[in-house]
Amino acid sequence: MSLPVRVGTLVVAFLAVVGVAIFVVIHYFLGGPPVVDYSAGVPANAGRTVSVVMQEDPQNSVSTHPDWVSYFIQSPTSHQWVHTTLFQVPAGSRINVTILGYDGCTPLRNPFWGKVTGTVGNVVHVNGRPVSVLNSWANCAVGHTFSIPGINLNVPVASPSSVQANENLCPTSPCTSGPHTVVTFSFFTPRQAGDYFWQCRIPCGLGYLDGFGGPMQTIGFMTGQMEVVS
Amino acid sequence: MATTGDTAAPAAGRREPSHGWRLFAIWLVIALAADLVIWFVWKPHLPPGTLSTSAADQQFDLAVLSVIAAPVMIFVLVYFSYAVIVWRHREGDDEDGPAQFGHTGIQATWIIGTAVIVLSLFVFGTYELISPAGAGAGEGPAPIWTPGGKTLQVQVIAQQWRFTYRYPQFGGFETTQLVLPEGQWVQFNVTSIDVIHSFWAYQLGVKADANPGVNNVAFTKPTHAGSITVRCAELCGLWHGAMFDYGRVMSPANFLAWAAGTRVQLASVTKILPPYATTYDPTEIATLGKVNVKLGLTGAGGGYYPPQDPSQP
Repeated sequence: MSLPVRVGTLVVAFLAVVGVAIFVVIHYFLGGPPVVDYSAGVPANAGRTVSVVMQEDPQNSVSTHPDWVSYFIQSPTSHQWVHTTLFQVPAGSRINVTILGYDGCTPLRNPFWGKVTGTVGNVVHVNGRPVSVLNSWANCAVGHTFSIPGINLNVPVASPSSVQANENLCPTSPCTSGPHTVVTFSFFTPRQAGDYFWQCRIPCGLGYLDGFGGPMQTIGFMTGQMEVVS
Repeated sequence: MATTGDTAAPAAGRREPSHGWRLFAIWLVIALAADLVIWFVWKPHLPPGTLSTSAADQQFDLAVLSVIAAPVMIFVLVYFSYAVIVWRHREGDDEDGPAQFGHTGIQATWIIGTAVIVLSLFVFGTYELISPAGAGAGEGPAPIWTPGGKTLQVQVIAQQWRFTYRYPQFGGFETTQLVLPEGQWVQFNVTSIDVIHSFWAYQLGVKADANPGVNNVAFTKPTHAGSITVRCAELCGLWHGAMFDYGRVMSPANFLAWAAGTRVQLASVTKILPPYATTYDPTEIATLGKVNVKLGLTGAGGGYYPPQDPSQP
């Protein structure tokens, strides 16, 4: 093999390896879901109030896994629904959360997580009615949960409760119509900046071991992070 | 060493020192000093501390092993250093060293010494692994080594990605807080309701696998008030690294007050929990409501996609 051919082969091999490395970095490390910023223009530790709006859907029509259940977060500026589970809030602030529960009910693996903790008054309002415990075994009551263990926050998100409603759930995402609940609650963010992971505790990873695979283990679907900034 | 008669003459006239006794003396002084430092200075700071009987025993074990290992390691280092310094090559010394032959005494001492050390550590380690009461390790559902007498029952329920604790002797309430009284034996009943986890209460010296459908029993006795860090020690999914919490050991009076208060505080959720059992199978829920049954839900098993679904695991 002549010298130019050997050098050319080396250059091509080098470029191929570099290309693969760049693809891996961009695709796997920099290609995560976007962060919805609720902290812009809100000073931290000033006792301000921020409103966060989310919805949980029985499926999503915006990803390569259309049958995975998923959360969506509403942009505070454009009011468009963003397919992500990452959001940013200011430290030392009151967060008023509204979650639209479009998905049907599923029993919790541990009914203990039907208790509301970490919210103001340890209650949530389901369609305006205060609730402190939801029994997902005795009733068709809980669609998903919104839990941030780092601040001991646990909110069972109520689901449509009738058979008819559960059989006629919103078919496309993000949902704009169909049977759903409106769940509201408030909590306070820590005064220090930090990342707090959140998760759903309903075994909604259909088709995976104990329902805890797939969307339950994938940021952008049923778990994510609350980034507290100061 | 000299190579010729001329240069060998002065060396032959010089009396060779007793290297064995020199080595022994140097080793003895350093080894004794090291062992004293290990026992009196290092031991009180060795993990996992002294918050419980099992933790204190583990600290003792680490100190004993260190006290035995240090002289061995120091002997190797002393011999190596002595050889490098005393028997190093010197300018003009090109002669081969003297021939070395077997020495029965040294060989026997080496074999007997190492055998005694290893076998005694084997016996010591085996005893320490089971005493007292399983030494804080999970013993499975039918423990052989138990403390006897009345124990405080604490059920550890692992789930992605949080531990919860159930107190059957106080109405069976479940909480995210691990609180224990000092001076009383505790029986941890460790289980999981999803994948494999591991309950590791670091300062208590307790580690027990949490397997679904299995009750893994571990014992310990907290000896004084303090805080506990609990971590999952088995890779269990995306947020395994965040699966930790903090517990407390407090006085018996404070513990009873905490338990009574928490029992009342959590009464609303305790009544919807399944009856206390050593294991739970969430895929078979006997008390499912009518709507859940009509929707075809049999439990919290996760289910499977229908065959026509494009996404199959």
